[in-house]
Amino acid sequence: MAALRQIAFYGKGGIGKSTTSQNTLASMAYYFDKNIMIVGCDPKADSTRLILHEKAQNTILQLAAEMGTVEDLELEDALKPGAGIFAPENPHGWIQCTESGGPEPGVGCAGRGVITAINFLEEEGAYEAEGLDFVSYDVLGDVVCGGFAMPIREGKAQEIYIVMSGEMMAMYAANNISKGILKYANTGGVRLAGLICNARMTDFEYDLAKALATDLGTHMIHFVPRNNIVQRAEIRRMTVVEYSPKADQAIEYKELARKIIANDFKIIPTPLEMDDLEDLIMKFGLDLEADEDNIGKAEAE
Amino acid sequence: MGPESLEARQKAAIEEVLKAYPEKAAKNRAKHLGVGGPEDESQKTCGNVRSNKKTVPGVMSQRGCAYAGSKGVVWGPVKDMVHISHGPVGCGQYSRAGRRNYYIGTTGVDTFVTMNFTSDFQEKDIVFGGDKKLEKCLHEIDELFPLNNGITVQSECPIGLIGDDINATSKMYAKKTGNVIVPVNCEGFRGVSQSLGHHIANDTVRDYVFDAQVNTLGEEIAVTDYDVAIIGDYNIGGDAWSSRILLEEMGLRVVAQWSGDATLKEMVATTKVKLNLLHCYRSMNYISRHMEKEYGIPWVEYNFFGPSQTVKSLRKIAAFFDETIQAKCEEVIAKYQPMVDAVTNKFRPRLEGKQVMLFVGGLRPRHVIGAYEDLGMEVIGTGYEFAHDDDYKRTKDEIFRSTVIYDDVNEYELEAFVKKLQPDLVASGIKEKYVFQKMGLPYRQMHSWDYSGPYHGYDGFAIFAADMDLAINSPVWAHTKAPWDKEGEA
Repeated sequence: MAALRQIAFYGKGGIGKSTTSQNTLASMAYYFDKNIMIVGCDPKADSTRLILHEKAQNTILQLAAEMGTVEDLELEDALKPGAGIFAPENPHGWIQCTESGGPEPGVGCAGRGVITAINFLEEEGAYEAEGLDFVSYDVLGDVVCGGFAMPIREGKAQEIYIVMSGEMMAMYAANNISKGILKYANTGGVRLAGLICNARMTDFEYDLAKALATDLGTHMIHFVPRNNIVQRAEIRRMTVVEYSPKADQAIEYKELARKIIANDFKIIPTPLEMDDLEDLIMKFGLDLEADEDNIGKAEAE
Repeated sequence: MGPESLEARQKAAIEEVLKAYPEKAAKNRAKHLGVGGPEDESQKTCGNVRSNKKTVPGVMSQRGCAYAGSKGVVWGPVKDMVHISHGPVGCGQYSRAGRRNYYIGTTGVDTFVTMNFTSDFQEKDIVFGGDKKLEKCLHEIDELFPLNNGITVQSECPIGLIGDDINATSKMYAKKTGNVIVPVNCEGFRGVSQSLGHHIANDTVRDYVFDAQVNTLGEEIAVTDYDVAIIGDYNIGGDAWSSRILLEEMGLRVVAQWSGDATLKEMVATTKVKLNLLHCYRSMNYISRHMEKEYGIPWVEYNFFGPSQTVKSLRKIAAFFDETIQAKCEEVIAKYQPMVDAVTNKFRPRLEGKQVMLFVGGLRPRHVIGAYEDLGMEVIGTGYEFAHDDDYKRTKDEIFRSTVIYDDVNEYELEAFVKKLQPDLVASGIKEKYVFQKMGLPYRQMHSWDYSGPYHGYDGFAIFAADMDLAINSPVWAHTKAPWDKEGEA
């Protein structure tokens, strides 16, 4: 058995991280027979719904709160086998799902929730499951506090994929996440493994994403085009791979899955200064808007 | 007053105590209270009590936290290492030197137990993270106290909340300097009591001392067939010292004391001993089991409170060794017998028949029962702050007659039990002390021996007996009632 690989998906909130990660992981299981555990690290607990065909699974923290403490919780209560083609009994790879969960917006500490949940999984031996090839963390938004950096600490995820798009804010976020990776890269050995561009069909998106990847020292591992089939599958709480395995979009995810499995380009990122990031955006045909003289001017002017 | 009537009174007391609670709390607490019977085979744990569960919110628990379990109990007494209370200043300062872990050394030069090292977190450290501050602390400690043999980083609550990676900072610094740095993730909010802190601390000994193959010995240590280590003796008031002399007199070589008066070198050397002697099972069974598994070192539980248990334990330990040791063991027992007789003859008549209620921590709720019995006293109620099932199973073997068992007892319950059962002595912690003394009851603080001790071994028993006599037979108790309240007086 090959060594267990631990990967993580980071990216700006609303970028389509959970959708992209679930579709990609589904492809890794379905097309390449990889056995995977998904660790959702978002209080919204939506990192596994497409695999489970469920609204949201019971989260580790929710179960622990009901029982009193996390020490009373058993692994089988918190770890759910995937539904449909991802069930353990199917001939392809299987997927196990768990969600850290966390407080409702505005209260408590979601970051600590991530730490508690991952410690729990480790202590209960979730990572020692027979035949497990990949552990994947799906992490909320930005690396805002130490808790959300938990998945990139030593002994956790070793390769990080940043889901982004050609929108400025998504690129800022990708750059920020790279700063987080840089901080832990020297002590823990975490590496940036690539940008996944989840296309928004903005101007010069492909070129921008590629240029940012180059500046960060990494590569754009895949450019996932926009396709409404993703949304249609999502409404049925399914991944595209399961919903329509022959669809063009399924082939895109298959390609991304293949690239991730084969990926050995993992680097310590070189995050950009804010000015450089602004310059990068100016470089690409957005010249008119980004012209120094035009800053702060309305379109009509 | 026969045993039946005592048992009936004990059961009635529990019922009465539970009446004061709302339904839900009563249901919860009922599971933690029981009457233990030594003969009752139906009892899975002593009194069938449940343990190691979250405290009912709103009651005044006597429990500590995970940080207390690690910094206060397991790591704190290791004298040649500096233990940083990492976080705001309070945790370190309020836990400083309170446990009376005696040690030999020059404080501030080569030993540091009673000093408070803290990173003194401020608002900005919470916001921006404290990893740089921690690194600075490590540097400063090594500059100011160059004779330290290592540093542990004891996490307080905020560290875990903001998610500072103390493991990474420690590792980096250790790599740079070659020093032993042990990060301990013992944030106070983890677990239900200090018990989890013991476990976490034990695990860090495994990871950062044993597995890291710390070599502070300098040279290969000489090994003999009679090497033992004392595990789970925190040398409170000198307990480990009064224990080790007995072991040494019977021909054993005590290589290490965990962790009262301990050094890092001793801890490293423990992996070579022939037998681990485990006193406080609760706080150090984890590392004992690990050493058994990893290094094939057997471990044996013993009890050095009171002569009966001491004799039993000495023989149990000697049985692991050859006949020379066993013969010497008998010599030691014989040597101290006259002293035991003298102590018993003096104090037993003054204490005979007195009843005691206990509420303590790791091992004492069962271990000290024998010592009281040696003085003719009986324990009618006992309980642990943070025990698990296995502790209550062991308790069953120690009780002699029906005993009220109260797990994680709170202030209200203990007071109610004492009022109902009217013991002659209450023995518990500092928080309860003045409540009972003000009620006019003799009291002994059994966490730190009320500034006395040691209580272990034969020397300890003499002090223990004198202390109990001092508490119970003090003339002051004749003056606790106002003259106009005294019966038979006009």
